[in-house]
Amino acid sequence: MQDENARRVISVIVVNEASVLSRITDLFSGRGYNITSLTVAPIPNSKYSRLTIVTSGSVRVIEQITKQLHKLIPVLKVYEHADLVEKEMALIKFPVTENITDISTLCAAYNGKIVNASENIIIVMVADEPKRVENFLNLIQRYNPKEIVRSGSVALER
Amino acid sequence: MQISGAQMVIEALIAEGVETIFGYPGGAIMNVYDEIYKQKTFKHILTRHEQAAIHAAEGYSKASGKVGVAIITSGPGFTNAVTGLADAYMDSIPLVVISGQVPMSLIGTDAFQEIDAIGISRSCTKHNYLVTNAADLPGVLKEAFYIASSGRPGPVHVDIPKDVTAQIAEFDYSIELDLETYKPHTKGNPRQIKKVMEAIANARRPLFYLGGGVINSNAAYEVRELVKKTGIPAVETFMARGVLSHDDELLVSMLGMHGSYAANMAMSETDLVIALGARFDDRVTGKLSEFAKNAGVVHVDIDPASISKLVSADYPIVGDIKNVVCEMLEQSIVIKAEKYEQWRKTIKNFDELHPLAYHDDTENIKPQWVIERVGELLGDSANISTDVGQHQMWSAQFYPFSRPRQFISSGGLGTMGFGFPAAIGVKAASPEKISINFTGDGSILMNCQELMTAVEQKLPVINIILNNNYLGMVRQWQTLFYDKRYSETDLSIQPDFVKLSEAFGGIGYKVATKEEFDIALKDAIEKNIVAFIDVAVERLEDVMPMVPSGGSLYNMMLLEKKEKK
Ligand SMILES: Cc1cc2nc3c(=O)[nH]c(=O)nc-3n(C[C@H](O)[C@H](O)[C@H](O)COP(=O)(O)OP(=O)(O)OC[C@H]3O[C@@H](n4cnc5c(N)ncnc54)[C@H](O)[C@@H]3O)c2cc1C
Ligand SMILES: Cc1ncc(C[n+]2csc(CCOP(=O)(O)OP(=O)(O)O)c2C)c(N)n1
Ligand SMILES: [Mg+2]
Repeated sequence: MQDENARRVISVIVVNEASVLSRITDLFSGRGYNITSLTVAPIPNSKYSRLTIVTSGSVRVIEQITKQLHKLIPVLKVYEHADLVEKEMALIKFPVTENITDISTLCAAYNGKIVNASENIIIVMVADEPKRVENFLNLIQRYNPKEIVRSGSVALER
Repeated sequence: MQISGAQMVIEALIAEGVETIFGYPGGAIMNVYDEIYKQKTFKHILTRHEQAAIHAAEGYSKASGKVGVAIITSGPGFTNAVTGLADAYMDSIPLVVISGQVPMSLIGTDAFQEIDAIGISRSCTKHNYLVTNAADLPGVLKEAFYIASSGRPGPVHVDIPKDVTAQIAEFDYSIELDLETYKPHTKGNPRQIKKVMEAIANARRPLFYLGGGVINSNAAYEVRELVKKTGIPAVETFMARGVLSHDDELLVSMLGMHGSYAANMAMSETDLVIALGARFDDRVTGKLSEFAKNAGVVHVDIDPASISKLVSADYPIVGDIKNVVCEMLEQSIVIKAEKYEQWRKTIKNFDELHPLAYHDDTENIKPQWVIERVGELLGDSANISTDVGQHQMWSAQFYPFSRPRQFISSGGLGTMGFGFPAAIGVKAASPEKISINFTGDGSILMNCQELMTAVEQKLPVINIILNNNYLGMVRQWQTLFYDKRYSETDLSIQPDFVKLSEAFGGIGYKVATKEEFDIALKDAIEKNIVAFIDVAVERLEDVMPMVPSGGSLYNMMLLEKKEKK
């Protein structure tokens, strides 16, 4: 049995033009689908952008989402990923008064490092599978993070 | 050729072969209207409300099969048109709607008559554009016509800022469209079609489920042939009325909420549904889990998103109905019509048990009688449009449709006020046919200003008001499901419809008997000007049969048995 509300990752290749993003987000809100995360960036040397959307739903709902996305005129391709490499990045700000060595070691375990340090704060980044980023963010709670920002997933089919 | 954006609009319409457009001017679109004034190639019909302009364009498109065109101004002009866009979107009607917008420099400043038009139309159009550069206009307009009319048709909205209509740029309409991301799939997979034909040959109780897509695809005559060759009975959706002729032996009438007993029972008992351009709307299926419960499902549709959206298809075919049906015809040899003899009998028995009927009355005019009567008198010579409500359902049930594009009504959105302006568009598209609009005393007031358009343009639409002094369809639900609490549905206070029509220069009749009705209709046809025929009908008549909302198709409320009509 497929989980009714399983997490899914969909990649969408769209023409890089005005209002293309609102077409996509309107489609989700108008049809009652939810977006967990969404990332967009242009594909180098082309007129296209690539979106990675993390959503959830039954097989049937995902099939409808995929078809509805495809129906949008500026959409070139829609991939619903089964076997994929997925990464997410997070930036976290800590007070310098926290145990920087500990933080730094933890970061390293999650493909990360300190990327900025100033008088009062340090900023670290990690880049890993979304699940692991989640773990990391749980782990560092005890170091009083001031601000956390997650990039949302990007994914490629294996 | 170097011309202004406004001239480009005109040149593009001419290049597209547009003959009639509908619209309403205003500040932001004035440059375009100035060019409309200067040209002689196409006709512009000034409706008296932007909503009506869109409905007229819809009627025009539905009757002619061409793309309907409407032009409106920014702000309130555009917002008035939104209902029409939504209506066309729901019923897959190809339109190109051009609206003016405030100049580029004012966009985003809450300027006078500024509204984020493409933001609003996004969810009720197939596609839309904000044109920021006159040089883009030829490409955008060409794309707009192509997208509106290809694949699953729909309305396309083009919003043009005023300064862009004044800009001069190069116009070349011979450009090749490069739509890498839009390639509708029109040819059905031949191997899949072969499998379908085998499935049909193996079925014992197959049933064609014909939808509006057959009409969109101009495939009604091919479908008639397929039905005839295979001997398989067919039900029609509301949107498919006229695909088969009313006197076709194999037609089992309309199915759904107000479908016939036989059609709904056939759908409940079939072992193979063959859906051609139908979208399993909730008004058709009733309770989904009970719909065609023991049947395999063949679903042919040009829109992949329609397939398996609500009912999962065992044999999905993405393609244009005409292509697929022609292919099916070629392979129809595998199907033996005799095999379904018993099945046809079963359905005939259903029909004899509870035919689509009503109890006629000698004293009062029954609304269904009016429709049947018009059918008897005019039949094929009339195009029929309707408003929304009980009269609409009776029209679908009782008019003897004999051809596709004869019946034009708002199915998906159910827009009261659609009928009269749509009938104006229908008449503009096919002047040789009589244009009848069956309407209600509620609906007609939602676009009655179009009397002026009809008078001015000499488009003699005959509006037959089935006047029950109620918002009848809502009243029916209140009777059945709200213990007769008639909350705000009593329309006892009425205008004088005769005077109303006369005030605009039309003609009006008040009718209380069957004789008077015949005389009024005959006179209206002879006078050949727009008419209101106000027919006092039985107030509390209900549309039957009825599948209560969310119920199963086989659990219908039926016409109470009295002496048969
Ligand atoms: C008060 C009221 C009561 C109603 N009661 C009923 C009722 O009892 N029964 C009923 O049937 N309806 C009823 N309706 C209408 C209903 O709401 C729907 O509009 C209607 O059922 C949809 O018809 P359809 O399935 O034929 O789809 P349409 O809306 O006509 O859709 C056409 C389908 O065909 C596809 N298509 C389009 N062009 C092509 C092509 N070239 N090739 C292949 N496929 C194509 C489209 O993608 C789409 O899936 C009622 C409406 C109102 C307002
Ligand atoms: C614009 C709009 N508003 C409200 C409705 C809801 N509605 C559906 S049918 C109906 C009653 C229509 O009354 P009338 O035109 O007199 O037709 P009848 O049902 O009496 O034949 C109403 C209010 C609608 N479909 N459209
Ligand atoms: Mg009424």
